[in-house]
Amino acid sequence: MMVENQKALYLTFMKAHTKRDEEEFVQILRPDGQLTSAVNGLIDKDTMVRMYEWMTLVRAVDRKCINLQRQGRLGTYAPFEGQEAAQVGSALALSPMDWLFPTYRDHAAAMVHGQPLSQILLYWMGRLEGLTCPPDRRILPPCVPIATHLLHAVGTAWASSLRDEAVASIAYFGDGATSEGDFHEALNFAGVFKLPVIFLCQNNGYAISVPFERQSASRTIAQRAAAYDIHGVRIDGNDVFAVYLAVKEARERAVAGHGPTLIEAVTFRYGAHTTADDPHRYRKQEEVSAAWRARDPIARLRIHLEQTDLWDADREQSWQAEVGRRIEEAVALVEAMPKANALDMFEHVYAQTPWTIALQRQQLAEESTGGVRG
Amino acid sequence: MTRALTILQAITEALDQKMAEDERVLLLGEDIATNGGVFRATDGLLDKYGAKRVVDTPLAESGIIGSAIGLALNGMIPVAEIQFLAFIFPGLEQLVAHAARMRSRTRGQFGVPLVIRTPYGAGIRGPELHSESVEAFFAHTPGLKVVVPSNPYDAKGLLVSAMEDPDPVVFLEPTRIYRAFRADVPEPLYRVPLGQAQVVREGEDLSIFAWGAMLRVALKAAEQMEQEKGWRCEVIDLRTLYPLDRDAIVSSVQKTGRAMVVHEAHRTAGLGAEIISLINDEALLYLRAPVKRITGFDVPVPLFSVEDEYLPTESRIKQGIAETILF
Repeated sequence: MMVENQKALYLTFMKAHTKRDEEEFVQILRPDGQLTSAVNGLIDKDTMVRMYEWMTLVRAVDRKCINLQRQGRLGTYAPFEGQEAAQVGSALALSPMDWLFPTYRDHAAAMVHGQPLSQILLYWMGRLEGLTCPPDRRILPPCVPIATHLLHAVGTAWASSLRDEAVASIAYFGDGATSEGDFHEALNFAGVFKLPVIFLCQNNGYAISVPFERQSASRTIAQRAAAYDIHGVRIDGNDVFAVYLAVKEARERAVAGHGPTLIEAVTFRYGAHTTADDPHRYRKQEEVSAAWRARDPIARLRIHLEQTDLWDADREQSWQAEVGRRIEEAVALVEAMPKANALDMFEHVYAQTPWTIALQRQQLAEESTGGVRG
Repeated sequence: MTRALTILQAITEALDQKMAEDERVLLLGEDIATNGGVFRATDGLLDKYGAKRVVDTPLAESGIIGSAIGLALNGMIPVAEIQFLAFIFPGLEQLVAHAARMRSRTRGQFGVPLVIRTPYGAGIRGPELHSESVEAFFAHTPGLKVVVPSNPYDAKGLLVSAMEDPDPVVFLEPTRIYRAFRADVPEPLYRVPLGQAQVVREGEDLSIFAWGAMLRVALKAAEQMEQEKGWRCEVIDLRTLYPLDRDAIVSSVQKTGRAMVVHEAHRTAGLGAEIISLINDEALLYLRAPVKRITGFDVPVPLFSVEDEYLPTESRIKQGIAETILF
């Protein structure tokens, strides 16, 4: 009887302390374009317009890349449509010298942080030239293994903090990455050494085909922060205002020496994992996508901008023309480049090329100038 | 001024002197600060340089190597200690997929001047997975350099060069000879260049290539064979396993016409195969006998009751010398 009473007490306690609301997150800009609270003094009007311009630009870029891939002008491509708010809002909250570690689905964030579109196209065209960033930026090429780059962000943040620099590091990753050991090691190191790093998880619900429920029994990703005693926040990842403010706040805390933040931005990729993937195999693609379209990050901001007289049909028309022009210019630029030079692969393996590589380079160079000798 | 130091003391001195000279140098690893490392390689450095530069990390090898990559990207020169070579495996992805590739995949924009120091090899009666010799994994990975000292002088000079190298260096420290003997080590900072082998014993009849703890075993076998048979073996300490010193290997084989590789790593796809292939490419017509390999066996490094039989022994090397010379 005693045991039964204890059990009942325990269950009541647990029930009272457990929330099962899947949509429990910070939201400022609702899908209908209305604000849940005023953002006066937090986000200025110019920034709101820039958010819209960037989100529409990168969406057009994303669609263009899929088309280019279908035409054989680009390699396998990882689209991000649906995740524009998470990427644009976060990158706009950074300072130019902050370190940015993207995955293969984060080129929108890279662009906002200063990576030229032509570089992004070159990368997806398989050109070595697309691996660099501008000399006044610290944007790493997309990380292909999952979650490994979180530790690099920990390391760059560590060096910044040793030198007392007001520089933050941000790592982008998805929900699948939170199952990797490096996710744990990165959050743990960042917590122990109190490092100025922002872990930005775009929880789009699927790691290729596997839904988040199969990644983890954790209700949310943000709650993992509690285990490391670091700051964690769950936001509507399709709400560019919430993303921007969450990252802004995380960055301020980081450079003030208050340590890392784990941000879970709840979002959705409308399309496939990559152009080589078929989402119909693992979800009701049309239904699920349509449901998420109702929470589209761009549509809600446009409503808000129009209602506050920051945007109208005329501006939309001229901006879309500008977007088209910029994309065509970048595509023309990269497609006019001379054919890739295979000998480039031998450069930069080491600061000083060892004899092994020099010899192999020479062999390939000779191969390409003649047939079989001897 | 020179003093007689062990390999371990020479390593500590190299770390100490580079830290004094270059404030970008930072040590990180498990038990390296308060405890001074399980072999005491970093003993005293915490007191001297403080907890920001001699860092006890959480127990996580991927975290150590991964965060060291970030430190290196952002202007530091991290020297990471992996407590034993076989504990590096959780961090292998960071080393192979990132540290090694960073310069190439950023077209030279970002480099990773990182040194990974780790005790390696059998012969210390260690528990399981404390005795591996998997240097071939690293030599097989473009972007990494692999360095193995066999004596205190080289241990200091090679480690200084490794810390000054702009690329990631895997620095393998032979545990079996950490404290086995002392040798003269100059007190001032000096360098032994990477990529250069050293002839430690001259000879005309056969070239023996070895590194790490096997060097001394090979040397003893060579000395005994001269006493017993009058055969003069040349013994070459490779010191750097990637990039190999091609000229040293080829010119010695051209001189002697016979060659042997001694390594404690497993035979199949071990570095011996690579060295034999190099000899094949560059000195085939000088050979008077097939090139011999005396190696560890293709079995997991066994528990210590039989590790002496796993390791190449003087008698096994002597037998190989005789077979090659009498071929």
